[in-house]
Amino acid sequence: MDDFKTLPELKLGESGVIIDIQGGAGLVRHLESLGVRVGKRVTKISAQFWRGPQVIKIDNIQIALGFGMSKRILVEVKK
Amino acid sequence: MRKVLLMGNPNVGKSAIFSRLTGAKVIISNYPGTTIEFTQGYLRLGEEKIQVLDVPGTYTLEPLTKAEEIACLMLKKGDLVINIVDATNLERNLYLTLQLLEKNIPVIVALNMWDDTKHKGIEIDVEKLEEILAVPVVPTCGLTGEGVRHLVERFNEAKTSSLKLASDKERWAEIGKIVSEVQKLHHRHHTFLETLEDLSIKPLSGIPVALGVIYVSFKIIRFIGEGLIGNVFEPFFESLWLPLMTRLSQFLGQSGFLHNILIGHLIEGEIDFGMSFGLLTTGLFVPFAMVLPYIFSFYLILGLLEDWGYLPRLAVLVDNIMHRLGLHGYAIVPMILGLGCNVPGGLATRLLEGRREKFIAATLMAIAVPCMAQIAMIVGLVGERGGQYVAVVFLTLILLWLILGRILHRILRGESPELILEIPPYRKPQILAVIKKLWMRTRAFLLSAIPYVLLGILVVNILYTLKVIELLAKLFAPVLSSLWGLPSEVVSALLVGFLRKDVAVGMLGPLNLTTKQLVIGSTILAIYFPCVATFVVLIRELGIKDTLKSTIIMMAVALLVGSLLNLILPNI
Repeated sequence: MDDFKTLPELKLGESGVIIDIQGGAGLVRHLESLGVRVGKRVTKISAQFWRGPQVIKIDNIQIALGFGMSKRILVEVKK
Repeated sequence: MRKVLLMGNPNVGKSAIFSRLTGAKVIISNYPGTTIEFTQGYLRLGEEKIQVLDVPGTYTLEPLTKAEEIACLMLKKGDLVINIVDATNLERNLYLTLQLLEKNIPVIVALNMWDDTKHKGIEIDVEKLEEILAVPVVPTCGLTGEGVRHLVERFNEAKTSSLKLASDKERWAEIGKIVSEVQKLHHRHHTFLETLEDLSIKPLSGIPVALGVIYVSFKIIRFIGEGLIGNVFEPFFESLWLPLMTRLSQFLGQSGFLHNILIGHLIEGEIDFGMSFGLLTTGLFVPFAMVLPYIFSFYLILGLLEDWGYLPRLAVLVDNIMHRLGLHGYAIVPMILGLGCNVPGGLATRLLEGRREKFIAATLMAIAVPCMAQIAMIVGLVGERGGQYVAVVFLTLILLWLILGRILHRILRGESPELILEIPPYRKPQILAVIKKLWMRTRAFLLSAIPYVLLGILVVNILYTLKVIELLAKLFAPVLSSLWGLPSEVVSALLVGFLRKDVAVGMLGPLNLTTKQLVIGSTILAIYFPCVATFVVLIRELGIKDTLKSTIIMMAVALLVGSLLNLILPNI
């Protein structure tokens, strides 16, 4: 069974493949230009307390994303 | 003259290459957005002189931030683009490359950070990449200069590509194809630096690390600053400069207009570098012996932290707090730069997206973040009465920063945007690069500060002689004495504060203030108005209207905080 999770739901060190970014065209494009896009494998590096930014790793890039934005990124985790 | 543009993603080393190409001195750091405005320099290629422009970093050619907007505008003016690509992040960087290739302009690609690919286990087939892109591709390393000459030699091979892609989807598909053909990844183990990276970004370890870094930074800044003052500058002034000035004072007859301007007033028959207020005494002592040592030590530590790559991580850790002030974590960068000097701090508000954020950040910085020159003077002057009083000044400012930010966030309409920030890898700072940057910033301080310090002291002396200060003192006496509990002569310090905050704080020295008055005076001087250089930057960055609003807030806060302190603090 595959599992669908949003970024904040990923455990530290867990990784998965981005299957959807739920947001306006502007946000999607901004994230894409940073390398965050559908089909990429993402690993969660860190999550700050109190719904703080989530830090993820894609290829060799580490990116910090605000909590609200992270919730819109849907990831498929292979069990 | 041909114009060459250096373009690429943020923090891929454009400025390092620029500096290598032109020999021009530019600030290089390890965080995205160091270059917020373009810089230009020149390069000789045989007989030809070429203009080189260092363009702010951009992820796409669709402008999302102010810096990217500038980048897109400049593209129209260039004759050739050097696309700087971070070789360790080929895929993401190629997006901009493809967009550039679609434009009608010759492109040459520099695969920068080439040295990093080896220990990251990345192998790139340069010849194949060149074949696919159909433009020259040159591996480079901006920090060491490797490959830069080769890059210049191939300028004339740059070609306009005929690439045409309809959509983002096609672009990413094309990129995927290219990367799979030219790049091979090898498995490798976590390096020591990467372990450190993890430690400093996970909250459980990251927050203690941040507190430790800040504490140690302050310790070192104080240690070096005080060491330089006590062992180098004060001895120099006391044993070499003082005898010279004493002779000059006697030669000038120990009084009179010229004596007052050059030497100042004698305190109990002697020159006092802190209090005499002549151009050649206090005018040189303040910038060199009181401020310069701290500027030097602050920028040394800041430079190391910047090049190491720590600032973006700090931004992530403080994001939560900053959101309560209507900002996001990256707004810590203008605040930290503001601690050095409010001018670069004000310019760095460009890193922030919206008008509301810029307004809050700039206002908070101008009010509650004193520059290092001012801090040095407060530490020097208030510190004589006891360290706890220095603490009162800075605690007041920190509280003010938090409370005012909270209030602004509440009353200003709009939301604070979310953090979206690339975190660069840690890099070992290159000693030469750190020294170069330190020298540039110290030099900039000397060049911009000393004329203003001297001008400030000159103006005060002239105004005193013309009795203008007396008049102003009478005029402002009600506010100064009844609200703030300060003698009316403090008006002269407020006046000079427009020019230089450090001199202004220094002017509180000869006024025989009580400790309470000194604390209130120093705090108000930090809050009430920015120095003229910062004010000009605020107008540029915020526009006249927002700057006026911000100024009104500053004055109101100064009135309020001064009165409150006067009420709360015991008479000491």
